[in-house]
Amino acid sequence: MNIKLKLNGKMISEDIAPDLLLIDFVRKHDCKSVKRGCETANCGLCTVLMNGKPVLSCSVLTARANGQEIFTLEGLQEEASEFISFIAEQGADQCGFCNPGFVMNTIALLRENPDPTDDEIKAFLSGNLCRCSGYEGQLRGIRNYLDSRKGGEQ
Amino acid sequence: MITIKEYIKAESLEQAYELNQKKKNKIIGGMLWLKMGRGSVNTAIDLSGLGLDTIEETEDTFVIGAMTTLRALETHEGLNVYTSGAAKRAVENIVGVQFRNLATIGGSLWGRYGFSDVLTLLMSLDCQVELYKGGMVPIEQFASMKPDRDIIVRILIRKTAGCFGYSDMRIQSTDFPVLNCAVSYFDGMWRCAVGARPSRAVLVKDEYGMLPEIPDSGQAESFARMVAETVHFGSNMRGSARYRQRLAEVLIARILTETGRNMA
Repeated sequence: MNIKLKLNGKMISEDIAPDLLLIDFVRKHDCKSVKRGCETANCGLCTVLMNGKPVLSCSVLTARANGQEIFTLEGLQEEASEFISFIAEQGADQCGFCNPGFVMNTIALLRENPDPTDDEIKAFLSGNLCRCSGYEGQLRGIRNYLDSRKGGEQ
Repeated sequence: MITIKEYIKAESLEQAYELNQKKKNKIIGGMLWLKMGRGSVNTAIDLSGLGLDTIEETEDTFVIGAMTTLRALETHEGLNVYTSGAAKRAVENIVGVQFRNLATIGGSLWGRYGFSDVLTLLMSLDCQVELYKGGMVPIEQFASMKPDRDIIVRILIRKTAGCFGYSDMRIQSTDFPVLNCAVSYFDGMWRCAVGARPSRAVLVKDEYGMLPEIPDSGQAESFARMVAETVHFGSNMRGSARYRQRLAEVLIARILTETGRNMA
């Protein structure tokens, strides 16, 4: 079947298998930041934005993304660069495997709620698993970024 | 992972219904549970083009399309004002935001899953399920029906004046619940839905008037004990039947007292 979708701003038209998952589609188009982790829709590694909303690309049929707009981290470098260094400064990206998923979901969080509390950050990012850090580094990094936007101390 | 031979975005409910009469065809909701299975699907039937993904609030009803996501339930202001936040509490620990942006209320209900938080919540409300061929069915009746080849179109929640509460116990946040409970008071009667027993949710009504409109903690504890002794609990890797029974007593008493306090 033929689909047309916009991936990172670029229109793509392609023949696909009906059961092709979105994660496999975007990786085929060189969006290697999107990773396959748990295969049970639990880890958040495969997070992409579909029409601006964060979804698990491991659980979306590419056929269902027909006509939709998809963004991966490859297409959101500028937006991510605003806060990614704050997370790195906290050493929160130890092995780095979970990072793209965290960054994608943080982008979604900050678009929806530009000034979240710590509890709101934890709640929004609870679908992103990290097996290195214990999450405190990510939280501190995002908090420092938010404080810096208000002109506070890092 | 399942394999799918053909994908059809239904253009009408009738088309979806006709396609769904074949055993090897399946309607896909959020596809999160379906994806975990094995085997092959001849035709995946997608309802996402039928405008069933919204919550419409009228003067006396919430009309929720079957393809509405759990995230929409969580963030809908009117629904959460009406349920005193019970709708949000029922879904906010289901995996993560990305998951809840995909999981649909129709898919959650259709499976009548034992672990379902959504079914437990809805059973405590004045709620009906609209089936394409079967028409309007009270949620309690729907929960006990065996899955057939019909289609959930919408869920209707009547805004009957009342008070609502929801609580659950999870070994860790975002895991399946060990037990979930929802209580409500409307039409002059307290109701209590108990789910993740681990089998599907059941509803216990205070038909003998054990509870006054605003119960104190002693009355709440007596009612909770009665519910825990009435409902059948089972064991699985998350907890034993005895543990769940004891947990039910505590959770139900707690949310009854809290909900009653909110009514005062």
